[in-house]
Amino acid sequence: MKRVYVDPDVCMGCGLCEVYCLTQHSRSLDILKAYRQEKPRPVARIRVERHGNTAFGFQCRQCSEPLCVYACVSGATFLDDHGQVAFDESRCIGCWTCVLACPYGAIARDDARERVARCDLCGDPQGDGLPACVRNCPNEALSVREEAV
Amino acid sequence: MKSFVLNDFIVERDDRRCIRCQVCVRQCSFEVHRYDAELDQVLADEEKCVGCQRCATFCPTHALTIRSSPREFRANANWRPELLMDIKRQAESGGVLLTGMGNDKPFRVYFDHLLLNASQVTNPSLDPLREPMEVRTYLGAKPARLRYENGRITGDMPPQIQLETPIMFSAMSYGAITYNAQLALMQAAQELGTLCNTGEGGWHPDFRKFRDHVTVQVASGRFGIDQDYLNQAAMVEIKIGQGAKPGIGGHLPGEKVTPLVARTRMIPAGTDAISPAPQHDIYSIEDLSALIYALKEATGYEKPVAVKIAAVHNAAAIASGIVRAGADVVVIDGVRGGTGAAPKAIRDHVGIPAELALAAVDRRLRQEGIRNRASLVVAGGIRCSADVFKALALGADAVYIGTAALVAMGCTLCQQCYTGKCAWGITSARPDLAKRLNPDIATRRVVNLVRAWTREIKEMLGGMGINAVESLRENRLQLRAVGLEDWEMDVLGVKGAGM
Repeated sequence: MKRVYVDPDVCMGCGLCEVYCLTQHSRSLDILKAYRQEKPRPVARIRVERHGNTAFGFQCRQCSEPLCVYACVSGATFLDDHGQVAFDESRCIGCWTCVLACPYGAIARDDARERVARCDLCGDPQGDGLPACVRNCPNEALSVREEAV
Repeated sequence: MKSFVLNDFIVERDDRRCIRCQVCVRQCSFEVHRYDAELDQVLADEEKCVGCQRCATFCPTHALTIRSSPREFRANANWRPELLMDIKRQAESGGVLLTGMGNDKPFRVYFDHLLLNASQVTNPSLDPLREPMEVRTYLGAKPARLRYENGRITGDMPPQIQLETPIMFSAMSYGAITYNAQLALMQAAQELGTLCNTGEGGWHPDFRKFRDHVTVQVASGRFGIDQDYLNQAAMVEIKIGQGAKPGIGGHLPGEKVTPLVARTRMIPAGTDAISPAPQHDIYSIEDLSALIYALKEATGYEKPVAVKIAAVHNAAAIASGIVRAGADVVVIDGVRGGTGAAPKAIRDHVGIPAELALAAVDRRLRQEGIRNRASLVVAGGIRCSADVFKALALGADAVYIGTAALVAMGCTLCQQCYTGKCAWGITSARPDLAKRLNPDIATRRVVNLVRAWTREIKEMLGGMGINAVESLRENRLQLRAVGLEDWEMDVLGVKGAGM
């Protein structure tokens, strides 16, 4: 099971993971176009929570009992061959059932597109394979690890 | 009172590139940037900007440029804008101006006036990629002569510290720098096979595992010193003075004395940690000798004892006294040495350059025939491998770097260490800022820096046809001066270029 982990001891809540996540999930893959031109603006799949001295970025936790998969009415959210929670955007109907089901609040609503925006562990298999948030975290607070279930 | 101080920096934001991600807002620990939702714009309070470049470094679209404010008055070679602003600040506060890091005034940097030799035709140069180059060195008193029996050295050898590179990390206390910053230096020292100095702020229990790579300091405040502190370390250093503020003590304000800092320093939390200007039990060389031997007794004569002084006018005579008092290592900290906090007037005007003091001390100890009785370490303004190299050629056994190591971690010399607001997590007092320094990344960066410098030192050695740093020490024939006056060359003991 692949998951993105955060080390809250070094996450400083800068929010760059959100910026690069949003860009990675844009049409243009260009930061300026993604923010300034693309309508509707893409939505980041990772969110940074900040409270006092604590901050951490979080996204889909890849639950072993994935309530979102059980809740999904259209089959857009499903378990793939590797047992990872996967998402087929084209089948999402924007019913928000998974948003309600997720115990972590890790699924965002992309209101403009009437779909959910959720982490797809977007690593480019041709490159280093790291999701955009992990690759661009300036303090190496995010890491992706494979762990046996 | 209406402030007449003009801002030091201007913040230029290219609105075509700003995506309002507010990373700058969150990264600025001086609260310069703020997002105005009504205008949908990020605005800047420029008068608070210290020019640390944290925001510009982190801006994902490079929309930010921080530049010096021109502050243009009618041109005046004497009354520079910095002086005018300092006067206005003091007219408004009535206080001593504080600052951080080292002397930033344009005093002559002697390293920049020394050039190195290389082998041509009459003697071969060496290729460090193909031939072994020795950069290992040893700190400690050396016996007047060596005796061999069956190929082995016999007789008493004073304690020696083996360094795998002649570059050590200078004293920066936990409290002055963050837990993560000190952890990174200790991890780097361990990986590099060199020493890291605790400074005078005690030795955190978590860091005792680096004991073979730690020098502990005994300074005027005597913070955190007990039997274990002395005996677990590799070396003990008595701090008499510091290049950034010779003759001045230290003051860690109570707000920076967190429970952890308090425990490490062995003082109550929240109280000011005051290091007196003098060591109150040292008023003479004899008193110093008493302390040196007290520390040697306490450590069973198994650790070298170093004495660190600021480079001042009669450093050579003082160093001679220090060696005769029994020190195994003498540390000379030059006028450009850094600090977490010092009065600006002191930092910028007290002391002499490390290069001159080093050359004078080395020569004096040789003239008196006692150079072997102590190793010589120089600190204060070592900026690159060539500076290290020239320092060794001027007589040093090793150098201390402080500022350079912090710069490797991220420091940009904004000189705000004393505010506790360091945006780079290096000297920050606030826990949310302190965690900005990931100790593993910082360790990697510092290790890379020292490895790179060590490689460059090998290249320079090879070019001279020398294969060991110990053959470079006090090898002033490898140096030539450009643009120096006769007296300066006399002090340095070097010839002019072409001579």
